[in-house]
Amino acid sequence: METSTNQDPSSESGRDGFRSGSRLERVLREGNFAVTAELGPPQNADPEVIRKKAKVLRGVVDAVNITDNQTAIVRMSSIGAAVLALQEGLEPIAQMTCRDRNRLAMQSDMLGAYALGLRNLLCLTGDHQSFGNHPMAKNVHDLDSMQLIQMAVGLRDEHKFQCGDEIKGQEPRFFVGAAANPFGDPFEWRPLRLAKKVKAGANFIQTQLIYNTARFAEFMELVRKQGTHKEVYLLAGIGPLKSPGMAKYMRDEVPGLDVPNEFVDRMTAAAEGIDKEDKKGRNAAWRAEGIKIAIELVQQVRQIEGVSGVHLMAIEWEEAVRPIVEGAGLLPRPEPAPVPAAA
Amino acid sequence: MIIAEQKPFEEIKGLLGEAEKVLVVGCGTCVTVCFAGGEKEAGILATSLRMATRIDGQPKDVTHQTVQRQCEWEYIDPLAESVRQADIVLSLGCGIGVQALAERFPEAIVVPGLNTSFLGLPTEQGVWEERCAACGSCILGLTGGICPIARCAKQLLNGPCGGSQDGRCEIGHDTPCAWQLIYDRLKAQNRLHLLLEIQPAKNWSTSRDGGPRRITREDLRLAAEVSE
Repeated sequence: METSTNQDPSSESGRDGFRSGSRLERVLREGNFAVTAELGPPQNADPEVIRKKAKVLRGVVDAVNITDNQTAIVRMSSIGAAVLALQEGLEPIAQMTCRDRNRLAMQSDMLGAYALGLRNLLCLTGDHQSFGNHPMAKNVHDLDSMQLIQMAVGLRDEHKFQCGDEIKGQEPRFFVGAAANPFGDPFEWRPLRLAKKVKAGANFIQTQLIYNTARFAEFMELVRKQGTHKEVYLLAGIGPLKSPGMAKYMRDEVPGLDVPNEFVDRMTAAAEGIDKEDKKGRNAAWRAEGIKIAIELVQQVRQIEGVSGVHLMAIEWEEAVRPIVEGAGLLPRPEPAPVPAAA
Repeated sequence: MIIAEQKPFEEIKGLLGEAEKVLVVGCGTCVTVCFAGGEKEAGILATSLRMATRIDGQPKDVTHQTVQRQCEWEYIDPLAESVRQADIVLSLGCGIGVQALAERFPEAIVVPGLNTSFLGLPTEQGVWEERCAACGSCILGLTGGICPIARCAKQLLNGPCGGSQDGRCEIGHDTPCAWQLIYDRLKAQNRLHLLLEIQPAKNWSTSRDGGPRRITREDLRLAAEVSE
């Protein structure tokens, strides 16, 4: 029988209560209003795409979500793209969905991701493959997002694989995140599901896109009644609208989104008076209005108790992030103190 | 019961190839009840094949028989002579029936006339819905008698995902969200606390993931077989 594990003392669990000591964790622990953004990997193997997007976001946000085959479309792997972003001086939040991998592959990817320097992990169920470009694929869903959170936390805090075997040596230590959709149905279930994810061990939450801030405030009221806001950092999801068409599409077609007509009208009005042939002019007017709305939304959600930050989802429009963060008065980003050295 | 539907006619014709003597075998159990492969469907298909192959200029000799259950030896053994005389056997049983014929009559070429679809029930005349995924480890006691393995597109175990909207699943407006159904039923029964407990990772080894499954009941085995 072995008398001791060969555990690296520098990986001591929860030193000073830090889960992973990631920048995002430190920013939040210091009480800053955090800003994260989203970086979608390309549908090819070109690292330059990531590097270019990373440059646009560097210094503007505290961490960046690297999506995992989002909307079930094949893209560069989240972990691969995250490492490229890391090399460009961004802190990545690797996303991991339950759709494409079983528990073996997920744990193996967590070991690899940690070894490559990743420190944040967002645990998701994943969009159904019928939305993507391989609708004939077999989906996995060996675990659901709740169980994925439990597994990531178990690797970190119990030094155990999901099967119960001990991890001999360095365990992967992630600041573990999860998603919440305040606008999914049933409405009264959503705060309970959030609490369940926190119970599973989630350290931070990023929400689905919020346009209906009144309804989001109702959701947050329920969250506060449960006391969940004191147990987890909640980042409100905000995304700039690009055009009236996009606003309508999100209002009418995307399950789990609630876009009030007000924003469709504002986006439509933004290009009024601009000649229909002047596509460039109309686009610019729409985008300016989209950014303006996003800034207002950031400011509104910031007033809600229990909101620790914003998660900016400017899908394939990373250039919009800086003006939103700047417009909301959230620049420069804080430089959190490093994790104290081991005693 | 097992729900199946008939393959497209052209695909069936393709499966028969050059064979001249065709034996269509219907089944009197599940596929009869779901109108896919019973006596009536076997008769219609046999007639259609005779007519179509005659029009094609290569008429086949198509006969049909229906057994009470294609998935038990005692019901299919009486087919031995008919099978021997046929060039090919077109089974209108479920996948189990097809394999039972192929296993019992190893010299025969057996092809399927149905696509076996799922374990389910008719929810209204002409509509069948899946209800069970035969995962081998039933959790219906925790989910208000509604199975999320069979009925949630992502087989979630801890409540509805963010794609549940107005009681519908994100994959399509025709699909009810299983977790909304579970939620509503448990709420009505004052048993919502069941949903607050985290369901741990499922043991899929009792499902197909554990390899082909087999149940042995020693109490039911015959002495001679046990001693084999």
